[in-house]
Amino acid sequence: MNNSNPTLRPRQYQFKLVLLGESAVGKSSVVLRFVKDRFDEYKESTIGAAFLTKTIALENGDTVKFEIWDTAGQERYKSLAPMYYRNANCAVVVYDITQTTSFERAQSWIQELKKQADSNIIIALAGNKIDLSDKRTVSTIEGQNFAEENNLLFFETSAKESTKISDIFTQLANKLVESRAIVAEAAAQQQSRAQDTLNLNNRNAGQGSDTCAC
Amino acid sequence: MDEEYDIIILGTGLTECVLSGIFSVEGKKVLHIDRNDHYGGECASLNLTQLFRKFRNGEAPPEALGRDRDYNIDLIPKFMMANEELVKALVYTDVTRYVEFKLVSGSMVCRDQKISKVPATVGEALVSPLLGFFEKRRAKKFLEFVGNWKEDDIQTHNGLDLDKHTMTQVYEHFGLDTNSQEFIGHAMALHLNESYKTRPARETIERVMLYVTSVARYGSSPYIYPMYGLGELPQGFARLSAIYGGTYMLDTPVDEIVCDSDGKFVGVKSGNDTVKAKLVIGDPSYFQSRTRTIGKVVRSICLLEHPIPNSDNADSTQIIVPQAQANRKHDIYIASVSSTHCVVPKNFWVASVSTIVETDNPIAEIEMGIKLLGPIKERFDIVSDLHVPTETGAESQIYISKSYDATSHFVSVFEDIKDIYKRITGNELALSKRPTAEEEQAAFESNR
Repeated sequence: MNNSNPTLRPRQYQFKLVLLGESAVGKSSVVLRFVKDRFDEYKESTIGAAFLTKTIALENGDTVKFEIWDTAGQERYKSLAPMYYRNANCAVVVYDITQTTSFERAQSWIQELKKQADSNIIIALAGNKIDLSDKRTVSTIEGQNFAEENNLLFFETSAKESTKISDIFTQLANKLVESRAIVAEAAAQQQSRAQDTLNLNNRNAGQGSDTCAC
Repeated sequence: MDEEYDIIILGTGLTECVLSGIFSVEGKKVLHIDRNDHYGGECASLNLTQLFRKFRNGEAPPEALGRDRDYNIDLIPKFMMANEELVKALVYTDVTRYVEFKLVSGSMVCRDQKISKVPATVGEALVSPLLGFFEKRRAKKFLEFVGNWKEDDIQTHNGLDLDKHTMTQVYEHFGLDTNSQEFIGHAMALHLNESYKTRPARETIERVMLYVTSVARYGSSPYIYPMYGLGELPQGFARLSAIYGGTYMLDTPVDEIVCDSDGKFVGVKSGNDTVKAKLVIGDPSYFQSRTRTIGKVVRSICLLEHPIPNSDNADSTQIIVPQAQANRKHDIYIASVSSTHCVVPKNFWVASVSTIVETDNPIAEIEMGIKLLGPIKERFDIVSDLHVPTETGAESQIYISKSYDATSHFVSVFEDIKDIYKRITGNELALSKRPTAEEEQAAFESNR
């Protein structure tokens, strides 16, 4: 498995990242900028690609692969399934600095994460759309204070102008790798997947034989 | 909510979520509503708080039971057979990327109050304590017959016509005694009562084949089970639907099914809003006046602090008490899973005992299964009616699913899914292969 041998460098890590935030705050745009360095002005709600991966290299040569889960719109009427939070190692909670309600929603998503997700989860709070700063209704200090009180990473971003987007993921990656608990847990999860769970997609896998006495 | 949809789906049980996923992938505009605040409807997996809300009037769960979120207790106990159609649907839709599965360790049968493994291969039949010396060779012959059966090769048919000969005649052909008949008919073909014997043998032989090919997939048992409980299955298909544009609204009351003067479906009323659609699909609880009751099932969910005694300390197992062993018409089923499947905390097991109700005292009917469990920490009993629709939906455009029956696998659930799909579209359900996560990623990256 990926990080089964901790003495060998560079190490490879894999983490599940979930996106949260009110509809239309730019969750998918943040990911699109991160994964493809692109921005679609008139992109409507998320259809099709709600599961992407992106690997980044850290300064020491280690690599971190993010398995990114988009909400697929299920957040709109508070219909995200427990499956979404399951085994998430980190989360990016996005709000729109021009919409106060989206900041309030972000705060309730943080509470939801604390209830539903693993207690070790690392959370980044991103106030998006700073390119529209003349319409700003949520101040930087409000965001910062809330992030500090709740032990979150904090960024103000613009997916449109590519401001601070990659910083979110780089800092998350560094913090995840520093956290021994999360690294151990992610490794254990991958280990258990490799060992005991079944690969249903492989039609030839695990053919029991007639003489198997197990 | 003023928009108009192609399909409104009511209830997020497995049947509804699979259909939602299939229709969204086909490009239909789907609105999916559930009155509950969680996914799964009748076949949800509940956490402790939800469980105590449902069965104990919202009483606080005892602290000794541990953390709420470590529990995912299935309301309808079932296992998937590794080779059944639902598994193929999971693979084709690539919902397997959201749900992980483990093999169920044991498939067992109770005879004379003793629990033994169900022999599924010729090798196992030859060493099984369930069969006497001469009987072993006859069972071996029967299993070889099933294994070698080729529909278009009459040489392999042993002179039997599966559409003409009854199962009793097949048993007689192989000289199988009542012991063998019991484990073949009940523990392998998973018939719930004896009525199958007088019907043509094809049904039973096909069920035995499903059992045998399922065991051959992963070994030790034919059953697989999702990590975090069966409730992951509707959630996975709901996510598929959402990714293809389906809209989800949980915790939303359904106040009225609105029809026009010809009785044809118009829309669904929730509060002051009426959402329109061409047709509606839903579970029986949303259409009580359009369903009838065909029987009752009793299910008892038991929390244990030990594996089921005499089950080889299995982390998971199915035990069947055939009807003759319990002096009943229908078999008693026990399904047990544990912390290995992330459905209870460490050092807990959950065992569900169920059967089709035959008397006015259903709880007493499962007593023989309950006795096999040893000391029980908490027990939750449910007696539920089995509902079926009274109409096909052709006139009204209202398509209603069936209740989850007493069978221990998903064969009948998938039959219902295929039947509803065909009633709606006029076509047989044919799933096309969805791109894998890797293929989707590659397509996304090349799309500039």
